[in-house]
Amino acid sequence: MALINYSSREINCKIVYYGCGLCGKTTNLLYIHEKIPANIKGELVSLATETDRTLFFDFLPLELGQVHGFTTRFHLYTVPGQVHYDASRKLILKGVDGIVFVVDSQIERLEDNIESFENMKVNLNKQTYSLADIPYIIQYNKMDLPNAMTYDEMERKVNPDSVPSFEAIAVQGVGVFDSLKAISKLVIAKLSRK
Amino acid sequence: MPEADLVMYEEDYSKVNEILNHLLADSNSKFVLLVDRSGQLISIQGETESMDSMAFASLSAGNYAATSELAKIMGEREFSVLLHQGDKESIHISVVAERIILVVVFDDRTTLGLVRLRVKKAGDELTKVFNSIFQKVASEERRADALLDSSYRSGAEEEIDKLFKE
Repeated sequence: MALINYSSREINCKIVYYGCGLCGKTTNLLYIHEKIPANIKGELVSLATETDRTLFFDFLPLELGQVHGFTTRFHLYTVPGQVHYDASRKLILKGVDGIVFVVDSQIERLEDNIESFENMKVNLNKQTYSLADIPYIIQYNKMDLPNAMTYDEMERKVNPDSVPSFEAIAVQGVGVFDSLKAISKLVIAKLSRK
Repeated sequence: MPEADLVMYEEDYSKVNEILNHLLADSNSKFVLLVDRSGQLISIQGETESMDSMAFASLSAGNYAATSELAKIMGEREFSVLLHQGDKESIHISVVAERIILVVVFDDRTTLGLVRLRVKKAGDELTKVFNSIFQKVASEERRADALLDSSYRSGAEEEIDKLFKE
């Protein structure tokens, strides 16, 4: 649910990184936070456990320059990926404008990825949303690992809607900004069509 | 039915800020803010100094969302008020028009009783304003068409290409 304020001349959009535990959601935000210039980012907020597993969410606000006199912001969130944090995942999806679904490309994680995708649809429904109405892209992370599936295999198994997808090695930053650019543009395109 | 985008024009924003400023003065609070339940900051008034208002807003929304779920587990519809009491400053959180969170931060210049009293009044006023906004959005009187046309889109995409790169 974008916030469009004509008076303060601001547009705020919410992008959520979703996926199974340890797939690389927080890694994406950490990389973005490290590389983005200081003048367009806010502080990275991470509510995590002592072992650095996301407990509730990560939050990173980014600000584009002025466009038509309006400041456009993207608020990036991650959900906690571990299975037992389902109640929290549902909450973070509230008001989502776009989703990056992060896939752990290791073959052993295939079922976890599929389960997480179905879980995302269920949690969207609980927030009265349908995935069909929300722009999303898929990021195949950890493509450098020897047990990673091929791009084509993952497309068949994890991308039923043939949405834009990107290979990534988030810990090195590969594919991180490609994914962010793609989802940002999809969100803007959807806003522009209303 | 999913919520529509929240579109605010000058007259709405002015009314909202007027109510917030009255609340701030009448309750003698440090600052007040409005956040939507997805974590977007709508307005903030008062002594914010160098505080990270975006982070404060998203954490307030997360806080409220988590305690709302706790309430449901307990069989309550929701907790209408949350209070966090600190040594020097405290936070009073309530919800307005079911979708907007009103956060009041106060210190020993006032009392909890006064804050509660003033929040009740301001909450009723804000509820009327936001219900009116939601109705207008729902009835399609207010859409962002004029602004978010194809030229906005191409301008935004240029900025995205410029900023989001290795």
